[in-house]
Amino acid sequence: MADHTGVRDPLIHGNKNHTDVTNDVCEIMERKPTWLWWLGFGLAFSALSLGIVAVTYQIMTGIGTWGLNKTVGWAFDITNFVFWVGIGHAGTLISAILFLFRQKWRTSINRSAEAMTIFAVMCAGLFPIIHMGRPWLAYWMFPYPNFRGSLWINFRSPLAWDVFAIGTYLIISATFWYFGMIPDLATVRDRAKSKIKKFFFRVMSLGWNGSFRVWHRYETVYAILAGLAAPLVVSVHTVVSFDFATSSIPGWHTTTFPPYFVAGAVFSGFAMVLTLMIIARKTLRLEEYITLNHIEKMTKVIILTGGIVTLSYATEFFMAWYSGNGYEQFVFLNRALGPFSWAYWIMVGCNLITPQFFWFKAVRRNVVIVFILSIFVNIGMWFERFVIIVTSLHRDFLPSSWSMYTPTWVEIGTLIGSFGLFFTLFLLFIRAMPMISMGEVKSVLRYSGNREKS
Amino acid sequence: MTERHIVAEFGNEFDLIDSVKAVREAGFEIVDTYTPFAVHGLDKAMGLGKSRLNQVSFMFAFIGLAIGVYGQFWISAVSWPINIGGRPWNSLPAFMPVAFEVMVLLCGLGTVFSFFAWRRVKYGKRKSQPNLRATNDRFYVVIKQGQQRKESSVAIDIVSSFHGKMVDD
Repeated sequence: MADHTGVRDPLIHGNKNHTDVTNDVCEIMERKPTWLWWLGFGLAFSALSLGIVAVTYQIMTGIGTWGLNKTVGWAFDITNFVFWVGIGHAGTLISAILFLFRQKWRTSINRSAEAMTIFAVMCAGLFPIIHMGRPWLAYWMFPYPNFRGSLWINFRSPLAWDVFAIGTYLIISATFWYFGMIPDLATVRDRAKSKIKKFFFRVMSLGWNGSFRVWHRYETVYAILAGLAAPLVVSVHTVVSFDFATSSIPGWHTTTFPPYFVAGAVFSGFAMVLTLMIIARKTLRLEEYITLNHIEKMTKVIILTGGIVTLSYATEFFMAWYSGNGYEQFVFLNRALGPFSWAYWIMVGCNLITPQFFWFKAVRRNVVIVFILSIFVNIGMWFERFVIIVTSLHRDFLPSSWSMYTPTWVEIGTLIGSFGLFFTLFLLFIRAMPMISMGEVKSVLRYSGNREKS
Repeated sequence: MTERHIVAEFGNEFDLIDSVKAVREAGFEIVDTYTPFAVHGLDKAMGLGKSRLNQVSFMFAFIGLAIGVYGQFWISAVSWPINIGGRPWNSLPAFMPVAFEVMVLLCGLGTVFSFFAWRRVKYGKRKSQPNLRATNDRFYVVIKQGQQRKESSVAIDIVSSFHGKMVDD
């Protein structure tokens, strides 16, 4: 739309001043939780409990409780791992890459998107650890001097790269999140009434007093962290895609995997941000902070990354045909027409068709439709990983060993449990920490050119 | 510390920036300002130089990269070389992902902890903040008071002309 007035639509609606921002954001933490929050928390916690039961059972019994067999050695667990890592990527993209591009609209959603990243990476990290079968020996993955002659890990293995990539990603995202929150924690500290709250936030805010000499350095550190997180997020999903791409399995052995996975991660992550933000703005009455413009911008990112994902699907088929490799061609025909074709077509339906609705402005600005479509994208992206992993394995080079894969209740329970963990942590975060970056929102209030009332 | 300060409160960031500029032009020294968010343009108004944290952060990145590359080389080729699929002991291309992650990790944590260390050393013992509203919606400037009474009244006049309210120190 051409802008003739020269005044942009304000990023934050409702003509807020600095005081309003502090009050609106802090009140979410100060008022009693609504029945909706308790309902959500109850559901999430029940799901988490189911997951705890499933995980305890499979650790005590062994991973023979899963539906895996000799042919399909990776299935549900690794699918969930890649899915959750992907969900995490949108948070870093919003907080770091949009910061470097000076996209001011990120300010009202970056805090909760970063929190989402951390919780998603925590969920993701659980799956490889469970997959080890003996999770109490997980520390063997780190190179530390030991009494086995100092037997080290194999740094040529993408699975070892994963440990470093996911570990670094979790630590740097958590640092970035906490570092960005320090000034806001000080704001909460200075409003706190109860003794416990005062103490907690005094410790957490590290003596922040608003000194501009400190702000000045703080901004430098923030920019450096953003500059580090941006290539980091690309490297993480690249390394995850190497788990597949460096193997010699037809359907996995593809050089397009790194960009394909990164785009898919951003695609699914933005869908999850939309799902969460639409619920949050409605239940917490944050419509003036997370506006329709925010939602519209995020759907545009989904169109772009959905387009890249579509191109990747097409490229895979083209390369299978063009390579002239019979095994490669078989795998892709088997994906589309074989016994798991239902999963393939769910993936195509959700990931290729869903984003096309976002070409229409009326759809982009209709919260209900965006919410429904974002859930379809989440489902589609889960199936993408399932299709890549299971259909490439289940009919291998030797037809006598072909088999099918069906998940057991343990695997499904673990997946539900990971959603429970994610939502439980997110709901607690909303109650305990300022979920909108007050410091950053205050700095963009005048973006529209209005001098604020004060 | 017998140094006396003039502390003034502002309702918005523009008055703060304008008065900081004017007060400095009149030859006064700004001790510090307190703001609820990072006000853009205030660093120039206060005459703050570029932070050296960039260099610190580069140093940490370099150390991280060195540890990442040399550590993997030492483990895989020196300490206990193991033949894995006939690959060379020093498989440098395969070491790149981990070397990159170690670099990012050390650089990120190093930068943040240098910031914390710098802040504690220099600002930990100071009287914390002029008012609790400095983290909410008010802006404060702390000006170093001159020797003579007349001088300080000049600063007060300038600050007042930008709607600044005096605060008892």
